[in-house]
Amino acid sequence: MTAEHLLQFVFSGITSGSIYAIVAIGFNIVYNATGIINFAQGEFVMLGAMIAISLDPFLPLPLAIAAAVALTAGIGALVELLFIRWLDRPGVLRMIVITIGVSILLREVAHHVWGESVLSLAYFTGNECSSVCILGACVSPQVLWVLGVSAAIVVGLTLFFSLTLTGTAMRACAASRPAAQLCGVQVRNMVAIAFMLSAAIGALAGCVVSPITQTRYDCGTSLAIKGFTTAIMGGMGNSLGAVAAGLIIGVLESASVIALPLAYKDAVAIAILLGILFFRPSGMFGSREAGALREF
Amino acid sequence: MALLEVRELSRSFGGLRAVNAVSFDVADGSITAVIGPNGAGKTTLFNCICGSLASDAGTVQFDGRPITGLPPHRVAGAGIARTFQTVRICGHMSVLDNVLLGRHLRSAAGMVAGMLALRRGRREQEQQRAVAMGLLERLGIAGLADVPAGGLAFGQQRAVEFARALALEPRLLLLDEPAAGLNMHESAELADLIRATRDRGITVLLVEHDMSLVMGISEHIVVLSNGQRIAHGPPREIQRNPEVVRVYLGDEYA
Amino acid sequence: MPVGVLALAMIAVQLLCAAAGVDYYLTQLTMVAYYGLVIAGLCLLMGYAGQISLGHAGFFAAGGYATAAITTWNLAAAADTPLLRGAAALRLVLRLTDPYGREVVYLSPWIGLAVAVAATALLALLIGVPVLKLKGHYLAMATLGFGTIIYRVVLGARVFGEADGISDVPPFPLLPGVIVDGARAVRTVNFYVAWGLLLAALALIANLIHSRPGRALRALHGSEEAASAMGVDTARLKLHVFVVSAVLAAIGGVFLTHFNGGIGPSEAGILKSVRYVAIVAVGGMANLWGAVTWSAVLGFLSLRGYFGSFDDAVFGTILVLVMLFAPEGVTRSPYVLRAVAAIRKRVAGGAA
Repeated sequence: MTAEHLLQFVFSGITSGSIYAIVAIGFNIVYNATGIINFAQGEFVMLGAMIAISLDPFLPLPLAIAAAVALTAGIGALVELLFIRWLDRPGVLRMIVITIGVSILLREVAHHVWGESVLSLAYFTGNECSSVCILGACVSPQVLWVLGVSAAIVVGLTLFFSLTLTGTAMRACAASRPAAQLCGVQVRNMVAIAFMLSAAIGALAGCVVSPITQTRYDCGTSLAIKGFTTAIMGGMGNSLGAVAAGLIIGVLESASVIALPLAYKDAVAIAILLGILFFRPSGMFGSREAGALREF
Repeated sequence: MALLEVRELSRSFGGLRAVNAVSFDVADGSITAVIGPNGAGKTTLFNCICGSLASDAGTVQFDGRPITGLPPHRVAGAGIARTFQTVRICGHMSVLDNVLLGRHLRSAAGMVAGMLALRRGRREQEQQRAVAMGLLERLGIAGLADVPAGGLAFGQQRAVEFARALALEPRLLLLDEPAAGLNMHESAELADLIRATRDRGITVLLVEHDMSLVMGISEHIVVLSNGQRIAHGPPREIQRNPEVVRVYLGDEYA
Repeated sequence: MPVGVLALAMIAVQLLCAAAGVDYYLTQLTMVAYYGLVIAGLCLLMGYAGQISLGHAGFFAAGGYATAAITTWNLAAAADTPLLRGAAALRLVLRLTDPYGREVVYLSPWIGLAVAVAATALLALLIGVPVLKLKGHYLAMATLGFGTIIYRVVLGARVFGEADGISDVPPFPLLPGVIVDGARAVRTVNFYVAWGLLLAALALIANLIHSRPGRALRALHGSEEAASAMGVDTARLKLHVFVVSAVLAAIGGVFLTHFNGGIGPSEAGILKSVRYVAIVAVGGMANLWGAVTWSAVLGFLSLRGYFGSFDDAVFGTILVLVMLFAPEGVTRSPYVLRAVAAIRKRVAGGAA
């Protein structure tokens, strides 16, 4: 095991970890606004990539991606409108089951539209053979795109939540819904925006990682589980924690192939999930009281 | 030796000392009340005694045996029953079933016996049913036995919870604000009920805001304010205690 | 009493099928009964104890794979050891000849059943202790996680046949003349075996619900605090119910595996788990008979292929619709009740 090998694993790990972090942030945005964990989050990632792949032949790549992100955001809004908006203080169990059902529906629609084929979006720069060498490890330039886009998303969201009026309004909703309403915040719209935002960033993440990991109609489920693990590990609602947690989980998962057969790689994230749930459900950075403060 | 001995009991939530080194005794066969303004820590105190909340420090001794830190079902097993401030009954079960829940520790059929509907289990059920119906009659709600508890009026729900607590055959009964939401007539009935319960040999400890009820039936009163015990004694003394008056009514009246 | 009604109904169904010449329906109806065992256990757990499980298919698969692995494990090489000779004396060993004329020695499905039940009970205990301390989302995800782990294990392990699962599982001889086998000749017998088993389980559960522990269970669902304050050891009760529901699922898995002659990894998948949850939800979480009836109807339609490639989509849709409009079950949905009342009024108005 040379240093280059190790570095290779690290790069692979932080690539997938970045995606887990983005999915986790998507969970957090909806959770902060509504207290609901939206299991369909993984499906948004898949749909973003699939739609971009379908639009790619007709539009230049950046436009295809932009359109895919917008359409997926629209689907997110639709989900909120149809399934969430008019429920009157639903119980936790009910919401879990509804969002699982929605995720299955989205998945089956994708199944019928795109079939069982494994598809992938075109590389943003270069092709599958190009590589960039960093510190001795050679990676595809797409990896740099993933890291760059993920960082841009995190920075963008931080700015959005702290500097814009809408972002502040959403944080107000997270902190105290009634108080926000009394200040004139349209809470229902904030919820819709939360869904659209989480769908959009999921879609973008899906597009940027699709050339590397490829996309299939059923790739959303495992992403949702891993994203959820990441969100909990970073502290539910804490998005910077999610970034740290995502990177850790990604690298652990990547490195696991050193010791475990490849077939069990996916089980690593679940083992981590169970470990956290049993020993430290408030996550790495969450304290029990801080969990009550649901801000970005 | 008192039936219940609370020593230096403390419990904090973050920076807030909800219960601060509180000590008091509950004499066997007495009616003791814990009073104090809102936020004084009364319900937290109750929850610590009953085990639904862990205390940070201090001990609770019941009948000579320590019960500090025991989980609620073990505290119940020791002989302490409680009612809740916000009534906790099972709405989808009938009134009779709710009271039968209180007989859980006085019966023994396990899961296997339950599944196979063994004769021993069924006979036991009959006996328990009779006991439960007796309690319902004593409380005057026998007619509601088969009604789903969720549909009852608030006062009736309180009665069901009381019956359920009595069904446990406890030595000590903890009542958390039993008069809340009751009108004067119902409060008077409650006072009679509590006295009758004490006369049957069950010690009563209650948390209450209704002063006329408290002063009328208690033999011993403990006053809490900001988590600390500021006074204790018979009702007459408490009424005259300047500290107590100040805490409730403000400085002008002390 | 409902047990008797259901029994009569199933007898009627069998006679109808025979009369209408659609005996082959009995095969799917038999399978549906075995799935019904999972549903019954899950109803007990979700409806009465109020604990969600998104991984119950894992227990079904654990039972099925356990018995499949044991009854297809060729022990011919060890056939002369004292252990196996003792087992043979107890009639717990099958001696068959494979297509090549060689002798193969398998353990009897009775051992498969015993091991499946014991292994699943142990698994449920180990999983239950930490998992049942969680609530809400965390509980759901933990059960989902365990279900996925079981899926990954049966998918990845060689001894479980990896993606192909285990096939050539021998039939299960229960009594002289009564054998759990998918062959056409014994279709009717198998139908009655399956439904008899399910009805027995339902009777046991119904008894349980009306007994002392059943009351504690219902109280647990209503108010855990109250149950605890009345002396119910809630943690232990949840665990016991979890184990009972897991064992019921495993028994269903064992019998279905012998009936089908095999099992595959999809039986452990999340889609199956979600399907079970959907069916319990439709019937009304705490409505045992409703859940079993819906399980039979939807399961039958699904197995006969009426949903085509939309199978998973159908269950997903049902789940969503039920959870949106009828979270207490279809028969208690305010929309359904209003519609029924409106229809009644119109009929009464028309008759007057």
